[in-house]
Amino acid sequence: MRREPPRTLADYAPLAFPAIMLVVFFVIPFSTMIAVSFFRRQQGGFYTPDFVLDNYARFLSAFFGGVLGFSLMLAVMVAVICVSIGFPFTYLLTKASRRAQIVWLVCILSVLSLSEVIIGFAWSTLFSRTAGITNLLVAVGLMAEPRALLPGFGAVLTGMVYQALPYTILVLYPSLVRLDPTLLEAARTLGASPLRGFFNIIVPAQRNTIVATLIMVFVFALGCYLLPQILGRPQHWTLSVLITDQAIYQSNMPFAAAMAVFLVLISLALVGLTLLIGGTGRQHHDA
Amino acid sequence: MRKLHETRLSRRAVLAAGVAGAGTLAMPSILRAQDRSLKVGVYGGYFKDSFDANIFPEFTKATGIAVESVAEPTGEAWLVQLQQAARAGQAPADLSMMSQTSTLKGQETELWTPLDPGKIRNFDDLLPQFVAKYPDGRVAGIGAVAWYITLVTNTDVYPEAPESWAALWDPANRDRLGLLALVSNSFLLEVTAKTFMGGTDALDTEEGQLAAFEKLAEVKPNVRLWYRDEAQFEQALKSGEIPMGQYYHDVTGLAAADGFPVRSTFPKEGGIQDSGNWVLSRASDKVEEAHIFVDFMSQPEIQGLMSRKVGTAPTLKRDKLDLTDEEFAAVSSEIEPIIPRYDLYTSKSDWLNQKWTEMIVG
Repeated sequence: MRREPPRTLADYAPLAFPAIMLVVFFVIPFSTMIAVSFFRRQQGGFYTPDFVLDNYARFLSAFFGGVLGFSLMLAVMVAVICVSIGFPFTYLLTKASRRAQIVWLVCILSVLSLSEVIIGFAWSTLFSRTAGITNLLVAVGLMAEPRALLPGFGAVLTGMVYQALPYTILVLYPSLVRLDPTLLEAARTLGASPLRGFFNIIVPAQRNTIVATLIMVFVFALGCYLLPQILGRPQHWTLSVLITDQAIYQSNMPFAAAMAVFLVLISLALVGLTLLIGGTGRQHHDA
Repeated sequence: MRKLHETRLSRRAVLAAGVAGAGTLAMPSILRAQDRSLKVGVYGGYFKDSFDANIFPEFTKATGIAVESVAEPTGEAWLVQLQQAARAGQAPADLSMMSQTSTLKGQETELWTPLDPGKIRNFDDLLPQFVAKYPDGRVAGIGAVAWYITLVTNTDVYPEAPESWAALWDPANRDRLGLLALVSNSFLLEVTAKTFMGGTDALDTEEGQLAAFEKLAEVKPNVRLWYRDEAQFEQALKSGEIPMGQYYHDVTGLAAADGFPVRSTFPKEGGIQDSGNWVLSRASDKVEEAHIFVDFMSQPEIQGLMSRKVGTAPTLKRDKLDLTDEEFAAVSSEIEPIIPRYDLYTSKSDWLNQKWTEMIVG
């Protein structure tokens, strides 16, 4: 079927609603944030409209650089782990019976209904010494005595992967379920092992999906601010935690806004870089 | 501010509020008969609910002045709203419960109408820390609510109660402490100064503040959790997962009364006493009603009622109160408290916050 390009103003009308939503819920708040990031902080007051660079200057220090680096590293790790687990899982899921797929998808969707707070507290209980999973290991004789698995980097990573994995699977699923099964059959006929077929045929065929999913999970993980507080030590606090501190507890909106703008710019740059590298070999597109 | 207090709202308080609400609905004529009224801003959540249920009806009964309570947002948002409204000659509330830091910030712009001590009968019996004064001696605010943050322990893990805040520094307590995560709500600089530097006056200078940071950094290996969310620490304290830390005295007492193995100790250096004031917006014309209200709230019977029903520490001297020793110990102590250096959190808040974050994250 050939699509007619839009000609009259009326043809563009269906775009109006999403455009308005985008302006109201993204462009206006984001512009406000950029504006506030240049306002003057009044210690003991709030802020006054102005154009000062102090807020950005304060951010440019080794300390905040370190926190930013850690946040980015953590988000990249969460993205890579989620896709490494989610991709093979979703592929196998699409090969399962329709009934099994529905059951799995419902279970995965139900995880989405849990808030970050509930996930954080649930994992902090599971990782605790007094009531956690190590007690099970002691009961079956694998460990001598129960111990706490938190706070620590492993706990933060586990919590964040747990939170992001359902999104990963839901993003990968539509694309994988439409994957042409004859591709792999052809590879098998030509003598490829299933594993070789998976890595040499399916993964390259889904490269764009994988890159898009990595970016989505990365951005999702970057905004996480509760799990690092609940499951980590202060070294594991992300930039989002410090932004919350400034905005809510210190009433320092200009500095919080400046940090947030910085975080958005850096992540946009990283996403752009990924698309640049990932997009060069682009030959086909989904119909 | 004290988020836990919102969740701590007891079923009894809800029922009481419900009964009170139904009562007002059933008696609209009485409400209309009261031509005098006062709008009072109260911290939203636990404080507002218990004041509405237990304290304001008593005031209306005694004075005939109706109270319209306004839930204040947390943080400095309420101060900012009052300031902007006052510029336009408006008062979203006549009297407000205001944190000490916000009281000082309001003083800088003369936001508070000075209160007349002559109209407050028990003025001379107030503890000195509950009279907030302008630099020239005029009274800017009178203590409204106060509470203690003390040294708390799990009794299963610590059969003996610790005696001093120095226990936080004890190498034997490695990885066992839960402390508040912000410089402006943990007041640990003050604790450090009182315990090791002879008093909070040591924080007068920047050298003193840096020395306190240095001493406080020694506590880091002992800290398992720097908490913002109170429920998180309370749960860990009850289970013994994190057996020592700083926490609210009254809440810990309630948990102990419920049978949890926890205790709250006033260390020999004193508990940390945080509080809020009643302040009157300069845009309000209810000056007389406001004085009647502050006078009423500062009576020994009402302070006693608040200690029993709301769990606040009394603002009056111990010997003026009708509280039994047990009731008094549940909310307060006669050991001289550590009073936070609120002045520092107005003049040097950003610097202190930056140093603090670098200390605990770095």
